[in-house]
Amino acid sequence: MEKTFNLPSHITTDKLKDLYKQMWLIRYFDEKVDQFFAKGLIHGTTHLCVGQEASAAGAIAALQDIDKITSTHRGHGHCIAKGARTDKMMAELFGRVTGYCKGKGGSMHIADLEKGNLGANGIVGGGIPLAVGAALTSKMKNEGYVVLCFFGDGASNEGSFHESLNLASIWGLPVVFICENNQYGMSGAAKDMINIPDIADRAGSYGIKGEVVDGNDLVEIINTVYDAVEDARDGNGPALIEVKTYRWKGHSKSDAKKYRTREEEQEWRSKDGIKRFKELLIEERVLTEELAEELQQEAKQEIEDAVRFAENSKEPSIDTLLEDVYA
Amino acid sequence: MRELTYLEAVREAMSQEMRENNDVFLLGEDIGVYGGAFGVTRGMIEEFGPERIRNTPISESAITGGAVGAALTGMRPILELQFSDFITIAMDQLTNQAAKLRYMYGGKGSVPMVLRTPAGSGTGAAAQHSQSLEAWVAHIPGLKVVQPSTAYDAKGLLKAAIDDDNPVIFYEHKLLYKTKCEVPEEPYTIPIGKADIKRSGGDVTIVATAIMVHRALEAAEKLVKEGIEVEVIDPRTLVPLDEETIVESVKKTGRVVVVHEAVKRGGYGGEIASMIAESEAFDFLDSPIKRLGGLPVPIPYNPKLEKATVPQVDDIVEAVKETIRFK
Ligand SMILES: Cc1ncc(C[n+]2csc(CCOP(=O)(O)OP(=O)(O)O)c2C)c(N)n1
Ligand SMILES: [Mg+2]
Repeated sequence: MEKTFNLPSHITTDKLKDLYKQMWLIRYFDEKVDQFFAKGLIHGTTHLCVGQEASAAGAIAALQDIDKITSTHRGHGHCIAKGARTDKMMAELFGRVTGYCKGKGGSMHIADLEKGNLGANGIVGGGIPLAVGAALTSKMKNEGYVVLCFFGDGASNEGSFHESLNLASIWGLPVVFICENNQYGMSGAAKDMINIPDIADRAGSYGIKGEVVDGNDLVEIINTVYDAVEDARDGNGPALIEVKTYRWKGHSKSDAKKYRTREEEQEWRSKDGIKRFKELLIEERVLTEELAEELQQEAKQEIEDAVRFAENSKEPSIDTLLEDVYA
Repeated sequence: MRELTYLEAVREAMSQEMRENNDVFLLGEDIGVYGGAFGVTRGMIEEFGPERIRNTPISESAITGGAVGAALTGMRPILELQFSDFITIAMDQLTNQAAKLRYMYGGKGSVPMVLRTPAGSGTGAAAQHSQSLEAWVAHIPGLKVVQPSTAYDAKGLLKAAIDDDNPVIFYEHKLLYKTKCEVPEEPYTIPIGKADIKRSGGDVTIVATAIMVHRALEAAEKLVKEGIEVEVIDPRTLVPLDEETIVESVKKTGRVVVVHEAVKRGGYGGEIASMIAESEAFDFLDSPIKRLGGLPVPIPYNPKLEKATVPQVDDIVEAVKETIRFK
């Protein structure tokens, strides 16, 4: 089958199956991290994107391999979707030398430059100007790639967001801003911190297009992002896409979630983007129940293997402490 | 006397001031029902309400500048900056506004605000959430800089900071939040600019700040077993610095080790060392002034590397012995 559900042509049937599995990879990865944190086997801090898988998988599925992304502190999903190896990611979270940052970065700083992932970021809004700069390179050197810039609802209140949208707009840069509105910052509700219902409307102030998509609808996400990305690639400048989604877990390791209700959480869980995509694929005969189960189990197994790889990897030696400060 | 943790002492100082003075209010990210990233403000929104415990968007530039403007016009804001690393975003408002307004205006107006912020490594939060950037603000004329090491000091110094008519940067240390000591219930003030001799001794002076005060005291315990009597001085405030107490001690001991967690290069220890070298204590020195500080590297994620980056008890013991060995 060449085209399904009016998706872009590079989204083949096989790719649809991959995407289904990929969403499970993301979920199992973060579920595993959650467990290890609780047991004290992973230290520091981490931010899980369980519930937001369709956003990462869908937006990145719209890209070509040459395209780049900038990610956030809640970035495991983006990283996996951009083609990173889950074993090297897990090793990084274990602080091992085989990890993406040789054990020096941890969850918030995983980058995979070879695959076009310019890195997660511990600074809210910190990656937005970087995306603009990367898009400037693409334009000045005529490299043809587009940058997909992920950030949260909370980040859209940082000056860096506003300055970056304006700059990208006046310079007509090939960057697409993806605001993953998961309804909260750490605890601040988007509705209390932003006085308009749709962050996408902020695009208007900078003379760029703004669109809202349902964060649990993988197909809609792919199509919307694809159009914006190809538009940007054609030299028509940036766009802002707001993905309405929800993080099922707390903000980070210790969060009593006093700022929201269990009913609200339940309501969003029932909209699960993975489940919804599976139902669609079965309805469209891309998947059977059995095949779906098989893909899910494969994902689960890959994460188990990633854990084993991490556990069996060495810690960085103290001698490496001063390495890599300067090029 | 009852004991309080450092964290509770900070909270108590703020609550007591807020009960006395309606001009005092708090602003910061996630300081409402979430209680702040480290739980310092837990329970305060319940007592004082959302008008005076203002939960802000993630907008460090705006909330810092906002505090400056409110202070200039009659309020006494306390700004909680979630991690001291984000002072970089607040820095323009601090450096070019808060610190200079009064002077530029020819002595008119004042900026009575406190910016409290947790600093330091040891939590595995890696490069963008573990820094000690106090030298940045200590460099700026017009700002005062406070760095308490105990719950007792934190409470008394915070009251002094809130009562001060100048912008005060109040550096808390994450690893000290859970440390306890006796703290009086009634409000009291520790003057800004007064060092504390945390332990008396005649052989070597250690000038230590924040968490290093505790490591220096531990080192002193070890050294006393070898017959070396160490005097531990905690400046408590970097600006203004109690030069007299330090100079008097060095005149007595003739040997001095300066230790802080911040990167040694360009760190405040250099200021303390040169102050000693320029003072009348110079003639009393029996060995070169020794400085200990963090290695010139971003704080790594792996816990062993992280620990190796900043001075530990044994490093202090060794530094003291080195000054003694010098002939
Ligand atoms: C400049 C800066 N301010 C504050 C923080 C602390 N912090 C980390 S994540 C976060 C919430 C971010 O919210 P949002 O942008 O919506 O992303 P989400 O966590 O919801 O994915 C906050 C306040 C930070 N890391 N950097
Ligand atoms: Mg959010």
